[in-house]
This record gives sequence, structure tokens and C-alpha cells, in this order.
Amino acid sequence: MDTHDSQSDARPVLEGPDIARVLTRIAHEIVERAKGADDVVLLGIPTRGVFLARRIADKLEQITERKVPCGSLDITMYRDDLRMHPPRALARTEIPGDGIDGRLVVLVDDVLFSGRTIRAALDAMNDIGRPRAVQLAVLVDRGHRELPIRADYVGKNLPTSLRETVKVQLAEEDGRDTVLLGAKPAAQ
Amino acid sequence: MSKILIRGAKVLGGEPQDVLIDGGTIAEVGAGLSAEGAEVVEAEGKVLLPGLVDLHTHLREPGREDSETVLTGTRAAASGGYTTVFAMANTFPVADTAGVVEQVWRLGKEHGYCDVQPIGAVTVGLEGRKLAELGAMYESAAGVTVFSDDGKCVHDAVIMRRALEYVKAFGGVVAQHAQEPRLTEGAEMNEGVVSAELGLGGWPAVAEESIIARDVLLAEHVGSRVHICHLSTAGSVEIVRWAKSRGIAVTAEVTPHHLLLTDELVRTYNPVYKVNPPLRTERDVMALREALADGTIDIVATDHAPHPHEDKDCEWAAAAMGMVGLETALSVVQETMVDTGLLDWAGVADRMSVKPAQIGQATGHGRPVSAGEPANLTLVDTAYRGLVEPAGFASRSRNTPYEGRELPGRVTHTWLRGKATLVDGKLT
Amino acid sequence: MQRHLISAADLTRDDAVLILDTAEEMARVADRPIKKLPTLRGRTIVNLFFEDSTRTRISFEAAEKRLSADVINFSAKGSSVSKGESLKDTAQTLEAMGVDAVVIRHGASGAPYRLANSGWIDAVVVNAGDGTHQHPTQALLDAFTMRRRLIGPDAGIGQDLDGKRITIVGDVLHSRVARSNVDLLHTLGAEVTLVAPPTLLPVGIETWPCEVSYDLDSTLPKSDAVMMLRVQRERMNAAFFPTEREYSRRYGLDGDRMARMPEHAVVMHPGPMVRGMEITAEVADSDRCTVVEQVANGVSIRMAVLYLLLGGNEPAVTHPRTEEK
Repeated sequence: MDTHDSQSDARPVLEGPDIARVLTRIAHEIVERAKGADDVVLLGIPTRGVFLARRIADKLEQITERKVPCGSLDITMYRDDLRMHPPRALARTEIPGDGIDGRLVVLVDDVLFSGRTIRAALDAMNDIGRPRAVQLAVLVDRGHRELPIRADYVGKNLPTSLRETVKVQLAEEDGRDTVLLGAKPAAQ
Repeated sequence: MSKILIRGAKVLGGEPQDVLIDGGTIAEVGAGLSAEGAEVVEAEGKVLLPGLVDLHTHLREPGREDSETVLTGTRAAASGGYTTVFAMANTFPVADTAGVVEQVWRLGKEHGYCDVQPIGAVTVGLEGRKLAELGAMYESAAGVTVFSDDGKCVHDAVIMRRALEYVKAFGGVVAQHAQEPRLTEGAEMNEGVVSAELGLGGWPAVAEESIIARDVLLAEHVGSRVHICHLSTAGSVEIVRWAKSRGIAVTAEVTPHHLLLTDELVRTYNPVYKVNPPLRTERDVMALREALADGTIDIVATDHAPHPHEDKDCEWAAAAMGMVGLETALSVVQETMVDTGLLDWAGVADRMSVKPAQIGQATGHGRPVSAGEPANLTLVDTAYRGLVEPAGFASRSRNTPYEGRELPGRVTHTWLRGKATLVDGKLT
Repeated sequence: MQRHLISAADLTRDDAVLILDTAEEMARVADRPIKKLPTLRGRTIVNLFFEDSTRTRISFEAAEKRLSADVINFSAKGSSVSKGESLKDTAQTLEAMGVDAVVIRHGASGAPYRLANSGWIDAVVVNAGDGTHQHPTQALLDAFTMRRRLIGPDAGIGQDLDGKRITIVGDVLHSRVARSNVDLLHTLGAEVTLVAPPTLLPVGIETWPCEVSYDLDSTLPKSDAVMMLRVQRERMNAAFFPTEREYSRRYGLDGDRMARMPEHAVVMHPGPMVRGMEITAEVADSDRCTVVEQVANGVSIRMAVLYLLLGGNEPAVTHPRTEEK
């Protein structure tokens, strides 16, 4: 997940309507693959994964006319690069009331890159319960995986170079919906 | 002994003059003296003082030779410009008998770096209960005239009264370590704003002041004289000033560190700042400087208190109290008194040589720099400024609070009865 | 944040709020089936206790274990320390065993400061109480308890204690808890009043950022939280107060006095309580008394502190660092 500030030369690769459309598509795919999605629990990875999870939950509710449990899963303390940075502030882990045991958990994140965040999320989930199965939904898959992890639902496959950054902005946090592709700032 | 010509020295900070030493005596003082047959010491720009006298030194021998010996302590003294030190009685065994004081006195004589005048304990074992044989120590070869339980206060009013009375018989003086024991139980630093914050046991100024007040009144009552060791508070200054105005025979000393350092330094919890009496506040420091300048405080005494490294390289509570001071005393006095304009060099000579020699009756010391006087002299490069480097100390201990601090002045030469003990900053 | 936690006075407002917010997340771990995080796996923490304090030691130990640290407990009793080994040698011996952090409780004020600043060891130092100086994690858990009770666990996130009126009653003179709380509560914007007989207030207290009163009854109605400090009976023998009975009559908290507090106000105590002395059983057992919560919160706070000091390659940052180019 890239969190650098958007560069002036960054160009949008997805705009608001595109994002709404791909989230709708992902919701339909979940219903289709989960055969009705009755035991689905959505867990967003903070920060932006949580907003995406809520949006998908809303769409699932529209499709299935049932409330779909939706929560958040902070992976900070499970990261494998903890010792490479100062400690980060923790975000909220909010597991829906009925828990995740025996459920189909769909993890939701904004950008899939090295796969390390998802590895940490799988570890974090291990300490919370035992789902029937775990799937992964991401808004953007930018490639360059460092672990054997793949997404089940992808909003957009975006081939990138390692010299580029991908920045997701969402209305809840950033005031607007967009995905920006830019050049990495020079090393500091 | 040959002749030495000190050329162009500012005697007591005055006009440049030549001083000719012949044997153990000053032969001549004047301009353009003949150097014939004399070793010449160029002293242009330097200040020549009578050899310094320290009324309060801990030489630690016998008993704590790991921190200092008479030899290392007197070498430190010569380095600092001293020609006499008074050795405190709190050794192991305590210097409370003629035997111990004679031993210390004899060691000083043998080594020859500096005259060593032992101080006798007031009470047996410094326990404050029974008078030591003061007369026997006076009559010993050491000829003790100064008595002190320093490190401990003679807190019992009756014992103090008797001691003050008793030493009148042979013109002795009791030097009191003013510390009311009950008020200082568990005391670790000056009681005030800093101790409240640091959670260290408070050492109230009144614990010192109440004893001084009592003792000047006792001295007045029995018609004796009393000397106050290491006076450290503004309130103590007021009491001594009042006592002197009343004609009471009281004299007082201040240490260099109480003229410079404050209890703010304790915020580092570094035990190098742990000392008895404790470092006080800025207000006290200013009052002490003023009192030394106006003569309320008579002398500067180092309270040179060597401790081995391990006794300071620990937590505050576990650390020993005290600082070494012989090798930095004159620099600190220059910094706090001369460079601030409070005292001239003649005043320094008075407070660090003349008066302490008088109080301690150190014959031949603290004399004028003039023909016919014993050649006990100290030459100071007052223009020098440098960092204090404990590694270069002659003392066996390094527990100085000034490590890495820039201080002015450097003693380059010391002569004890015409014999050089320090030449160009190097011990002979 | 600084590298060590020695004094509550070293924490900025943002540092303190970050710790409280982190503790709020840590508290939720206690509700999970597996009360453990892998965060400090491979880190070794020694609990170096020169003073007996089972409750503080256990609290740190629980926090360390929940974060998966390797824990070594060192108690001075029966060890080389009782044979005269110095703090420095003890600490260096432990560091030679590869210790990343030292949680130290010591009877001498300033011992943790010395340990952190004398170049004896490289490990992170966390003060678990030194003499009558500081006990910063106690102050943090107290502030955490106040924020949860007076503002709310969720509503409190990101908040300080601005304008809250806190009264601390008892032996301030000998209390590291009082010193730490005054510093931290002031930083968090609370208004602190210390109440004690004049003998149990330190000389020099006038510069502390708080009010001082000798009268408990007049401060109770203006308090959002009242913290009772333990008063040791032995103090009586040193003439700090005439008798136990007189002390508890003038400065103890009983049911009648508690009734004068505002309805929302809570009663706190760092423990261990001396029932019948500074607090009656009626008050101690009432639901306004947070003693048990404070113990639980202590584990969360200590987890937060250890995570923020040891979880990364350097202490947590709460202010934007100036970029060095």
C-alpha cells in the first residue's frame, strides 16, 4: 500500500464512477462465488480497506436484501517490517458480533502489492478465530508480489513499475474518489 | 639550595617586579634585580601569590589509601598552588590520638610536596560523645591547634560547649561541621524546588543555620573562638555577619564548589554533584560570593574529598559525598570572584593564604611577598583558559564536578621554602 | 517519544494521547480468545526489581507476555545484589545476556535515570517506580482510567483530559504516584489539586503545576476524580501526623465524604489500599471506586508503552520529524 502524497504529475487511472462500478462488480462476484453470501463477513484493512469493505457491504445488502457483517482488522502489530520503522499508531480492530468462526471472511484492501499486508492479516485473523475460508478483494492489483498470495476479486489490474506509486483516495478520508499513478519521489 | 629569580611577576596582581629567592627565603623584591648565579623563571604577565593554605583537606591516609594518600594528596596540593594543607581527622583509624596525628604529620614531612598540618578529632571516634585527648594532640610533634569532627557535626550542645572552652587553654580552635543530625536524616540534596521534583531527601538550610546560630552564641558565652566549615547558605552568611558585628570570634570558610555550582545540577542524578553540605541555590551562591568579598566569610577551603570511581559510578543514593578540589580551587575562585570583579588578587591571597594560615596557626605560611619571608610562593598564569581534564590530576581520585568545563587560570609554579614542587605545571 | 520512559514529565501531550489511544486498542486484545500479539517476538525484557512489588511486576509481566516478548524476572533478594553487586554491574550482566529492555523498580530516586543516561547499557529503560521520584506507567494508567470513566472508551480516542478536575489526597511527600500524576495530568490539560496535611507536602511544592489545599471537604464537590494515596502507618511515628484516627478523620474518604462528590465523580487508588486509614471499606467496595479497573488498565497501558518503545526500530514518533536531506 502506497501512502505517499499524490505527486503533481500523478495521473488518475480510476475516477469516482469507475470505482463505484468495480465495487458493484466485486459485490456481484462475491454473491456468485459464495452462492448467496449468507455466511460472508467482510473485514477491511485500515485505513482505506475499511471504507471499501463498508461500500461493498452496502452493495451486498442491496443485492441480497440482507445485512452483511462488516468489520475491520488492524494488522500493524503483525507486520513483518515492524523493526524497520518507528512503531505506528494502531488502528481499530472491530470484529462483528457473531465472530468469524466457520464464516467466509472476505478481506478487503485498497492496493495489493507485495502481499505482505495480507500475510499479516492472515496471521492476525488466526488469533481471532477460525473462518471456514478466507478470500481477498482489492481495488487495485499493481503486481510485484513477494509472497504466494493472490486476490479473489480485483477491481483493476494495473501493471506498474517499481519506480511508480499508486495512491488510492476515497471520499471518506480524502474528500474524493480516485486512484492515482505517479512517479516515486526521489529518495530522501 | 641555589638562587631563583622570578622575573616580571605581578606580585599579588600589582606592578611587575622581580623576586629573588635565596635558599628558603625571599632575598629581595624589586625591579631589575640581578640574575647572576640564579635560575631564572620568566613570569611576565603571571601573578605571584603567597603559597596557598587549605584549612580543609581529606588526605584519606590512614585507612582509605585507595582514594588518596598523603603523597598523592600533597602532590595534588602542590599542583593546585598549595604549600600547606590541613588534613581532616575522619581517617581510619580516626585522628583522635597523638599517635595518628603524628603519623600523618610525619608522612607529609617525608614527602615534602606540601606541609601537612593534621586536624584532630573533637570527640573520640567522631562519635560526638566523649572529648578526644585534645591536649595530647596539641602537645604532640604535630602540634595540633585545629580540631574538627568534620563529616559529622558536634551536635551535642554540652560537648560543643566543653570543646570550645577546653581548647582555650592552648589557643586551639574548633572547626564545626554544621549539620543538625535529626533534620538531615535521609537527606540527599538541598531541600527546595529541585528536591521536591526529584524525590530526593531534603537537606534543609536550617539544619546548617541552626547549628551555626547555636555555636556562635556558645562561643560568645564561653569566650572562645569557633570556625565554621564549608558554610553554604545565605542564611548562614546572615548569622555569621550578625555574630561578627557583635564581636564574636567566629571565622568561616566557603568551598570553591559552593561558589560556583547549584542544586540544579542534581537533575542529572550524577553523584559527582553529591556533596556535604549539598549544592544550594543560585541565591545562596550569590550570597556566598558577596560574603567572601566583604570578609564575612574569611577564607576559601577546598573540602577536597577524594572517592574511588566506583563510589560515584552508581545511583545517587548509593554514592559517597564529596568532590576533589585542590587542583581546581584557584581556577574556580578566579572564575567566580576575580573575573567577576568581586575580589582582586590581593584579596585572593588574603582568603586563600593569609587568613587560613592565621586561623590554623601555620607558621611561615600566608606571609607577605617581601624580603626575609619564607619563600612559599605560587605563580599563576591568569590569562590561561582551558578545559578541566581529570585524567591529568595528581590526586588519586577523579571525582571532580568540573570535568570538561572551561575554567580560567593555571598554577605554573609552586615553591615550598624555596624548593620548587611544581615547575611549568609539572610536579618535581 | 524519547527512547526511555523515566518520568511522566518527559511525555508531550501528543505522546501521552498516543499511549492512551494505543492502550485502548490493547485493551480490546483482552477480550479475544487468544490474548496475545506477536509484536515483540524475539525481544527480551528483564524485570529488574530491587524493591518488592508483586503487583507492578505481575502487571508488566502480563503485558510483556501478551506481546510475546521473552521475559526474565530479576529480583534483588537472594541475588548477587544482596552480596554487594552494584546496579551498574547487575545491569551490564543482564545486557550481556542480550536484553533489549530493562523494566526497573528501585528504592533510590533517580536509579532508572542513571541506568538510562550513564552509558552503562544500551537497552531501553522503563521506570517501574523509583524511590519517591516517578512512576510514569502508574500515572498513565490512572489517566487512562479517568479518560474511560469521564469521557468514554471510544469517545476518548484522541482526547486529553482538558478541564477535568482531579484531586489527589494523602502522603504526597513520599509519593512517586503523586509526582507522576501531577506532571502527566497537567500535560493532559487537567486541573490538579493536592490535599494533605502540611507535613506530608514537600518543601518546594509551590512550583508544581497544581493547587495545594489542606482541606479535603472543600475540594470534594469540585472534583471529577478523587485519588486516594496510601498512607503508611509508620509515618505516625515520625510525627507526620498525631494518630491514625486523626488522620483518617481529617483526610480519609468515607461514605459521607463520597456523597459530597459530584455524581459522576470516581474514586481512585493506586493500591495497595489501607482500609480504615485513607479509605473506608464502604468507599473501596462501591462501584464508584475504580481500583480493580486500574489494575486491568495497567496491563493495557504497559502493553502500549512497550509496543511504542520497542515495537519498531526506534521509539514512536508523535510529531512530524524535520526531514534531513
